[in-house]
Amino acid sequence: MTDLDTAPHTAVALRGGHLPRYAPAIAGIVAIAAGALIGITVHWNLAGIAILAALLYIVGLTIWSRLVENARRATDRLVTALVWVALSLAFIPLFSLLYETVSKGAGAINGKFLTWTMRNVIDAPGGIYHAIVGTLLITLAATVIAVPVGLLSAIYLVEYGGPSRLARWIRFLVDVMTGIPSIVAGLFAYALFSLIIGPGTQFGIGGGVALSLLMIPIVVRSTEEMLKLVPHDLREASYALGVPKWKTIVKVVLPTAMAGIITGVTLAIARVIGETAPLLIICGSTDSLNTNLFHGQMASLPVFIYTSYTQAGANPEILQNMAWGAALVLIVIVMVLNILARVAGRFFAPKTGH
Amino acid sequence: MNRTVLRRVAAPSLVALALGVAVSACGAGNESGGSTGSLSGTLKGAGSSAQEAAMAAWRAGFQTANGGVTVNYDPSGSGAGVLSFNSGAVDFAASDAALDPTKGEVAAAKSRCGANALEVPDYVSPIAVIFNLSGVSKLQLSAATIAGIFDGKIKKWNDPAIATENPGTTLPSSTITPVHRSDESGTTKNFTDYLSKAAGGAWTFPADKVWPLKSGEAANGTSGVVAAVKAGAGSIGYADESQTAGLTAASIKVGSVYTAPSAAGAAKALDVSPVDTTRTQGDLAIKVDRTTTEAGAYPLFLASYLIACPTYDKAKADLVKGFLSYIVSTAGQAEAAKTAGSAPLPASLQAKAASIIDTISAK
Amino acid sequence: MSNVQTKTGSPKRRLGDLVFANLTLAAGVLILIALAGVAIFLTVEGAPALGAGSSDLSGHSNFLTYVAPLVFGTLLAAFIALLIALPLSLGVALAVSHFAPRRVAVLIGYVVDLLAAVPSVVYGLWGILVLGPRLIPVYAWLSTHASWIPFFGGTPSNTGRTILTASIVLAIMIIPIITAITREIFSQTPRLNEEAALALGATRWEMVRLAVLPYGRSGIVSAAMLGLGRALGETMAVALVLSASGVVTFHLISSTNPSTIAANIALTFADASGVQRNALIASGLVLFLITFIVHFSARAIVARSEPGSK
Repeated sequence: MTDLDTAPHTAVALRGGHLPRYAPAIAGIVAIAAGALIGITVHWNLAGIAILAALLYIVGLTIWSRLVENARRATDRLVTALVWVALSLAFIPLFSLLYETVSKGAGAINGKFLTWTMRNVIDAPGGIYHAIVGTLLITLAATVIAVPVGLLSAIYLVEYGGPSRLARWIRFLVDVMTGIPSIVAGLFAYALFSLIIGPGTQFGIGGGVALSLLMIPIVVRSTEEMLKLVPHDLREASYALGVPKWKTIVKVVLPTAMAGIITGVTLAIARVIGETAPLLIICGSTDSLNTNLFHGQMASLPVFIYTSYTQAGANPEILQNMAWGAALVLIVIVMVLNILARVAGRFFAPKTGH
Repeated sequence: MNRTVLRRVAAPSLVALALGVAVSACGAGNESGGSTGSLSGTLKGAGSSAQEAAMAAWRAGFQTANGGVTVNYDPSGSGAGVLSFNSGAVDFAASDAALDPTKGEVAAAKSRCGANALEVPDYVSPIAVIFNLSGVSKLQLSAATIAGIFDGKIKKWNDPAIATENPGTTLPSSTITPVHRSDESGTTKNFTDYLSKAAGGAWTFPADKVWPLKSGEAANGTSGVVAAVKAGAGSIGYADESQTAGLTAASIKVGSVYTAPSAAGAAKALDVSPVDTTRTQGDLAIKVDRTTTEAGAYPLFLASYLIACPTYDKAKADLVKGFLSYIVSTAGQAEAAKTAGSAPLPASLQAKAASIIDTISAK
Repeated sequence: MSNVQTKTGSPKRRLGDLVFANLTLAAGVLILIALAGVAIFLTVEGAPALGAGSSDLSGHSNFLTYVAPLVFGTLLAAFIALLIALPLSLGVALAVSHFAPRRVAVLIGYVVDLLAAVPSVVYGLWGILVLGPRLIPVYAWLSTHASWIPFFGGTPSNTGRTILTASIVLAIMIIPIITAITREIFSQTPRLNEEAALALGATRWEMVRLAVLPYGRSGIVSAAMLGLGRALGETMAVALVLSASGVVTFHLISSTNPSTIAANIALTFADASGVQRNALIASGLVLFLITFIVHFSARAIVARSEPGSK
């Protein structure tokens, strides 16, 4: 606070120098140019040049500001520069990842890649059809389990539980449940079915159970938020017409919140469809098509990516390229789900204005 | 209003369901096949990951000949394969080491089958000592030097021990990174067996599936070791030769000459190794001679076994017999040699194995 | 049923109400049962490992010495990841909430969502095939010039598959979750506090320091802990990236690295059988307890700092 107190006394500061609005841009260009010049002369690679340029930018802009403006403004500029540098540092890996996946994966994708399995395919690129089908079926199973449970729990929390102790505990433990490591969910499903069916059981529905454990908290949280947004007036109006509470919830509250709920469910699906660890344990992997959730090992895209890299065989490049291709397909599926979530949110939104 | 809700909830779920069903209903492009052979059913095996490439070839060959058959093979490792077999979870096992009577494996297999289990060699492959050293395309190492490198006593590539074995080769002064398997593996057991017998005391650990040291870099599976050596300049590792494409392998000292890994060399070394006579009928375990001085022999190899029961249920007996017969047949061995680079079994051993598999019958 | 309370203004209770109310209650209780079930089934299936000998615990004499190095590796990797991710996430969150123009902020929000949407196995693939090799020269440089710092001791890895590489990948993966929470908190800073600071002539950074950060302190702490919890349990990225020997060492760039619980399970589960699997499940229970405690404390901090809300 001392800075603020003393500020008015230094009258000079009011008329002190100001850097032009485009100062950061100038500093950025100069820093990149200088960084590139120095970097090229001492034969650094792109990463080295980028780091050097970032450092030059931070230091240069701060000193410039310190000379022309004042210490406080220099600090402000320093922090602003640091924020932007942090931002780019956080995003560089993402862009690198997307670039690598697209550039390496796009070449692998063709008709055969999407319609073949790996059955009887040796030393040649095969297809990931069995993995796509497995992923869809397992995720469908998880959704069928998680959505009713999650939806009803959220209704309980908002409409019935209120501030009761049980509701508070459920709410708290659902929050904690979001932190269950995915591999623990897989181990749980494995332990469960080992005890029920027999040791070493591996099948698709087990993956569904494991993934539903990861989905439920997301569904509950998002549905709860959406139900809370439904105006209380709507409920009161329904009650006033003599409609029972359950009918009010089903016919008034849920339709009003439906857009948000569907968005939440879709995002939950997107979140678990890329899970690998639980499926590795409870679903295993196979190179043939298996459409029976209740019998036999089932392939899935994430596990396919993993095993293609780790069990690459005599010609690792072939399977490695397929792994990149499968990664691209998986990312596209997740992206599509994310976009669907937003579109569905708009599509199912209740008609307003009456 | 009610119908609207239903429609809203039902529509997406129905679409998803329909999509799932539609997708599952139409088969894969390469899996439409009428049954061509007489056999049908599903066979389940587990075991050695070193055999993975060969097993893929055999499965493909057998499944192509018998369209109604699916053979699943889980390359979970020899130890796990034997345990699954003994617990009855799989129909056959493939192991990089013969059943060990001292660990009760023979007895367990006997109680699972109700009679002494059958055991035949099916896959012989040299283990290559692979390295990644730019500028060096040929390396000659004795067992004692390999032992020194892997237990960390020899730290630099230009160590005198390596230099004296490689006159005329310019070795860099860089650090050696030995890469070993992090998982239990038959490859590790054969490699440590070789070191403990051939290195003349330089290797102080017994043969074991688990790598005995904590130093060096660990990698998961044969592919992991190969990938780690490929990625790391100055690395050295050991892996089934069939999966080491693109890497250079060292020649190892046999007698007084240095022999490069080859299928023929491994076959020769197998030829001079006697069959273990203490075993029961139908158990074709081989006592591998690691210290042979036979010219051209490559004693650092892995002999893998198929383990099966003498009797099965009616449905399974023909399947197991058919698949295993195909593996040890000349066609099967040639297929493995082509795709996995393994050594075809010597004719005498092949005949013995075939006759043992022929005894498999229905209960 | 006593929990099903009747609010004023609720209509008469009917049979349909009773059924529906209890149905929702059952769903809620099912969640509690599921959570308890996780602990119970892992305990039941993990229990045989407590009496296991060295042959089933990859050479360790008892379960405690088996799991201890794994716990060490798990904590080490997660803490380094948090150390890297926290400043970056705060930077991103501040950029979105206070520094970037509105339109740019929306764009950044999308990119962060994208970051969260990438499956972990793809991060693993990228880590081992792209990031690892790029870091080899960095590790070599650190080893020659900075090996006096204990963290950079040991033989430098020439494959890049070190615990530091794994931690960097983990850091990237937890940036979205930390960013999402801190961004939320930062943008909730009372507008009046911000305006007041600016009106007193504060620069933007001073405003952030005086108004935003103090307001969001508990949010930052809990976001960091949630990120830590995510990093602790993350499996595939570590399983793919790390060359794990299972040692206990603080050398971050050497070729001999500690393993983590989750990665160890993923890598050895398929190969394990019998009691080995029980041991892996028991180690999973340990991981569950660790993450449970971390999340429990994080949520408790949030709950305490936001009285009345939620």
